[in-house]
Amino acid sequence: MESFYALISGFAVALTAANLLYASIGVLLGTAVGVLPGIGPAVTVALLLPITFKLDPSGSLIMFAGIYYGAMYGGSTTSILINTPGESASMATALQGNLMAKSGRAGPALATSAIGSFFAGLIATAGIAFLAPWMVKFAVQFGPEDYFALMVVAFVTVSATFGDSPLKGLISLFCGLALGLIGIDKLTGQSRLTFGLPELLDGVEVTTLAVGLFAIGEAMFVVSRRRSVEEIMPMTGSLWMSKADWKRSWKPWLRGTLFGFPIGALPAGGAEIPTFLSYSTEKRLSKHPEEWDTIGAIEGVAGPEAANNASVAGTLVPLLSLGLPTSATAAILLAGFQQFGLNPGPLLFAEKPDLVWGLIASLFIANAMLVVLNLPLVGIWVKLLKIPTPWLYAGILMFAAMGSIATKGSIAELLMLLVFGVLGFLMRRYDYPVAPMVVGLILGPMAESQFRRALQISIGDPLVLVQSPIAATLLGIAFLALVAPFIAGGLSRFKAQED
Amino acid sequence: MSITKRECVAGALACLWVLGSVGAASAQLELKILAPAAPGGGWDGTARAMQQVLTATGIGKGVQVTNVPGAGGSIGLAQFVNTAKGDPNQLMVNGFVMVGSLISNKSPVTLSMVTPIARLTAEAEVIVVPATSPIQSATDLVAAMKADIAKVTFAGGSAGGVDHILAGLLAGTVGLDGSKVNYVPFSGGGEALAALLSGRVSAGISGWGEFEGQVKAGKLRAIAVTSPERLPGNPTPTLREQGIALDLLNWRSVMAAPGISAEQKKTLSDAIDRMVKSKEWKDILAQRGWDDAYLPEPAFGEFLKNEQGRVEAVLKSVGLVK
Repeated sequence: MESFYALISGFAVALTAANLLYASIGVLLGTAVGVLPGIGPAVTVALLLPITFKLDPSGSLIMFAGIYYGAMYGGSTTSILINTPGESASMATALQGNLMAKSGRAGPALATSAIGSFFAGLIATAGIAFLAPWMVKFAVQFGPEDYFALMVVAFVTVSATFGDSPLKGLISLFCGLALGLIGIDKLTGQSRLTFGLPELLDGVEVTTLAVGLFAIGEAMFVVSRRRSVEEIMPMTGSLWMSKADWKRSWKPWLRGTLFGFPIGALPAGGAEIPTFLSYSTEKRLSKHPEEWDTIGAIEGVAGPEAANNASVAGTLVPLLSLGLPTSATAAILLAGFQQFGLNPGPLLFAEKPDLVWGLIASLFIANAMLVVLNLPLVGIWVKLLKIPTPWLYAGILMFAAMGSIATKGSIAELLMLLVFGVLGFLMRRYDYPVAPMVVGLILGPMAESQFRRALQISIGDPLVLVQSPIAATLLGIAFLALVAPFIAGGLSRFKAQED
Repeated sequence: MSITKRECVAGALACLWVLGSVGAASAQLELKILAPAAPGGGWDGTARAMQQVLTATGIGKGVQVTNVPGAGGSIGLAQFVNTAKGDPNQLMVNGFVMVGSLISNKSPVTLSMVTPIARLTAEAEVIVVPATSPIQSATDLVAAMKADIAKVTFAGGSAGGVDHILAGLLAGTVGLDGSKVNYVPFSGGGEALAALLSGRVSAGISGWGEFEGQVKAGKLRAIAVTSPERLPGNPTPTLREQGIALDLLNWRSVMAAPGISAEQKKTLSDAIDRMVKSKEWKDILAQRGWDDAYLPEPAFGEFLKNEQGRVEAVLKSVGLVK
């Protein structure tokens, strides 16, 4: 109950007219920069952060929160409308969101993403208020072998992104894993598969691969079939979510939050794994499996978006209670704290409760402001799709190239973007799914580092991988997820015979 | 926190002013600082402290920090060399760790490709163990290593970095084979700290600043510092006091882009000089427990060359480089 009162007093700190103004300026700026394809929240925040330095502590933090949420939402907007995820965490959103947009349901996709983010933010904020001390004990117990088991779960469920041919999906996944090996090895510092090119020492950037495969590849594909390709369908039905949409969205929001918040709280958890897990869970549970490969399923947008947002709130748990910044954004927040002479750590909650709870309330207000400001804008964003196809795709090509240049500022990066674009075109042309490749690039290096670390700590004893209760449980879940489809398939055949 | 209407309007105007004045002529430097490590580590802290002081003193404005983690800074250096060439507004934070990791990684990019500006700080390393560990002192740690060196796992920064070098030197100093040390590299301090708090590794090595909060909270026990003398206001004994003849300081410095003119280098050096002499910088040093080790050019360039030679010798002696 103490936390509850503290949160209320946090709102008293954060809820002033000036702070609401800062929050709305932040949200608008964040959205405006975040919608540029290929530019994710971390870059947006870095670009806009200096603006917040002019304000007092609470104003600065609240504007920061606004920018961050605005940028995340802006990123989802472009993922849904033109299939250009600005960061790895919004890749899952792009998969179904863009299918929905193409079949005339961009409005509900954008709405479920905004409302789902809000919903997830709400629950996760409550989670910080009431569960932080307990969560952090759990998070710290997570060792390399547990992370590795979590990756195994993620790998097993990746098949949800495979499309209809498992073989082609696996080929795509393994290409992604191979790309993940390029660059300096984190554990020994040796360069691998760089062929003496310094440009490759950095490894392959996830956003470069995603934007190349998704956006550039698709633009080329559309050009190659200019005469026969189906036009993007104009908006059909309501701009808003229908009753059925709400009914299909609320459970994915809830499940997405349950994936996002705890995994986000892990020191090496991140936002990618929960969004993938949410995506594949929704696909497996969906009552409309036919929509996933055709017109897009709203569950596939609602779940990952909620997971993404909840994981952001999750990163605050180790930041506030341990002083561990576990993402680039959390590190910027940490700098924000230090600017006001505060050092997050085990003692922060006890020493400076007003600022901590003010920050949590700020995040919440910024989140609410996002829904208030952006829902009316859905109609305007959707009009983007009315741009004639040649213009639209020319614009996508330009913005995708611009995003890549803005992030890395290197010609090598632009060349890689083009190569991946051609690859994406060929994969589309011969019907290979592109998503597993990006998933492989994201998960491969994470899984490898954790696996090797676990073995190094146990002095090469492979039993360590199953001895920890967390790892054993996760591996059990992975095993179930692997065999469940066969059993379920058998059962339904059995049932069909009974009928 | 009460905010008057006037302040609120002023704040809004300030935002617009910042947005509107991008590109306007000004004596303030619009700097980008690259921290070639994950958020939360020492270089990141240095870069963000610089950002804070440069902004607060008005020497720079719109100062940005970007993180490019991995392999003891080799990845960040590669990116800096590749993308910042000739740009007089970019700086990179680095230090002792990078000297070592570039050598042990046989990196194709080297520190001779960038423009040195100044050494800024030095920080003693500290060896910690989880609070529940039976190890009470450096002597206990050495005894455990002598019993079975592979079983004593050290968590620290990138392979070949100062933490790794210290682990190797510690082994070498007490007569063990430095190349046998079981050292687990993590990029950035965050994950290493979690591995320690959960008791998965036997000991952790890092700068004092990274462990301070946890040591004060009683979650970790500091068993030795690597400075020649005890740190002010810190009861942790030095390695020398515990009979291990070894000291090591982790210095941090700032570099500018390759290919800038002498004039541009002077502008940056002057800016850093003003920063280091400001009250705000001194406050931060005191707050973080960093020692002022300011050494401007050209002396810094000389120091860097000597240090490169020394580190290479150390790495060879402990078997990290063949």
